Amino acid sequence: MDTHTISWPKEGNARVPYRVFSDQDVYQAELGKLFLGPTWQFLALANELPNVGDYKTTFLGETPVIVTRGEDGEIHAMVNRCAHRGNLVCLKRQGNADLLTCVYHSWSYDLEGNLKSVAFRRGIAGKGGMPDDFRLENHGLRKVRTDHFAGLVFGTLSDETQPLSEYIGNMVGERVGRVLHGKPKILGTTSQILHNNWKLYLENVRDTYHASLLHTFFTTFRVARLTSGGGVLIAENGRAHASYTRTKDELVGQEGSDKLYAGIQSQRDGLHLEDTRLLQQVSEFGDDITVQILSVFPNFVLQQVNNSIALRLVLPKGPDKTELQWTFLGFEEDDAALSELRLLQSNLVGPAGYVSMEDGAVGGFVQRAIIGSENENSVIEMGGHGHSSEETRTTEASIRGFWQAYRPLMGY
Amino acid sequence: MTQNDLTRRLELEALYTDYAHCLDDDRLEEWPDFFVDDCYYRITSAENFEAGLPLGLVYLTSRAMLVDRVMALRKANIYEPQRYRHQISAIKITSDGDSALHVVANFLVVRTMQDGEMSLFAAGRYADRLARNDDTWKFVRKEVVLDSRQIDTLLAMPL
Repeated sequence: MDTHTISWPKEGNARVPYRVFSDQDVYQAELGKLFLGPTWQFLALANELPNVGDYKTTFLGETPVIVTRGEDGEIHAMVNRCAHRGNLVCLKRQGNADLLTCVYHSWSYDLEGNLKSVAFRRGIAGKGGMPDDFRLENHGLRKVRTDHFAGLVFGTLSDETQPLSEYIGNMVGERVGRVLHGKPKILGTTSQILHNNWKLYLENVRDTYHASLLHTFFTTFRVARLTSGGGVLIAENGRAHASYTRTKDELVGQEGSDKLYAGIQSQRDGLHLEDTRLLQQVSEFGDDITVQILSVFPNFVLQQVNNSIALRLVLPKGPDKTELQWTFLGFEEDDAALSELRLLQSNLVGPAGYVSMEDGAVGGFVQRAIIGSENENSVIEMGGHGHSSEETRTTEASIRGFWQAYRPLMGY
Repeated sequence: MTQNDLTRRLELEALYTDYAHCLDDDRLEEWPDFFVDDCYYRITSAENFEAGLPLGLVYLTSRAMLVDRVMALRKANIYEPQRYRHQISAIKITSDGDSALHVVANFLVVRTMQDGEMSLFAAGRYADRLARNDDTWKFVRKEVVLDSRQIDTLLAMPL
């Protein structure tokens, strides 16, 4: 039973009570209602586990999960908790195994999580052992439903979650396919600990307004500005969003753009790069979109910044702590020059990224600032009160879309 | 140990000492001078390094890119005031030639924030290749291999 209540402000998605970013009861409710509830969360790339027996461990919220390539060649997922007395079954981040065997008492499961054997099940010399009515088939690992989209595998613990393609929707689904146009190849991974609530990072991801203001590098080196063409696509239920920028199509020309940014701290004049290879872009997506940031509620992000492609998984670790996991991708089809360009452009993003390092800190700044203001609200009115798709990025519509997805599931 | 070996060790000790003080004294504009023009500098995790994955959290393939990194940190990027304190030790020559060296060394970096909060920010090893240039050793290749895959908050300054 819920012991907490949040009375949402009458302005709806244009206001967010700061309490939801810091309250322990809200956090506990989210772990159950969102992360163990009817949402899809990213588990793995399908080709990350190519061989039978390959496995990795990850999380649905804070709940540990094992993802495997089963004997049947399919991806399976299950909660990483022994059906016996709750021990972690897989301890490593990744590996390959014939059976998943718990180290505590050697209970063994197949790659789909079915219990296959219990050590000393029959006891010793006729004494001890499990009762005769103990059935292996009643004690498997808790299974996680999986579904695929464009080579991405997602999981859910709810039977009620609609199929993944419907959950993402056609509009944003096309934008996933646009980026993942080849056979993905992992270039490397990294992870960042953020000292803020997980939702502050998701708001940041959906916030197209901040990018060229907070991230001075973006503006100064014309990677992206609000004066570039672009817009936001937002699913009706708010669950999926994509924002995009067309840098080559500046709306007001370079002079007009400089004028609009004049006096804003994010524009620094007279700067130039000694080595500009970082800013080159190879056309690979069949359009003129230079930056596309996409999210699927609650915690998956797909990023294209020029030719840098990364998956981001946002894992809650407490009301004021979040792990942001990055997986950088190229494609098997990439030639050497494109592979190298993706590596150079990885400098733009990640924990040390020229246009992303500020995001590692800004959520923590908010988290520190809202202490004592739990009964006050943030103001999210750029672009009005709705959460429809728009052909501008000078809007916070996609943030309102996040809260549109969040509130019904939480009952707020 | 020959006189030559001793000289070599002292040269390297001096080089890594200068490198640490350059960074910790916030003389970042001098940092690229430790590298040849055609250098390679990468910060990555042991996990990526050992799996042979090419990603760098910082991935720079010329001295000019190091200069750009410092310019961005000074002029474009926003982060809270913080200090790094490098402890570089266990410097080991893994391959020695007259004009080229392979060296590994351990490092620890303590980060101190403006409010005084201190943390062990990074631990790992350098896997370096050096060349002799006008009587001084310069980095041709420097791989900063972090033991942890996690970065706390953000990674701004060079390691």
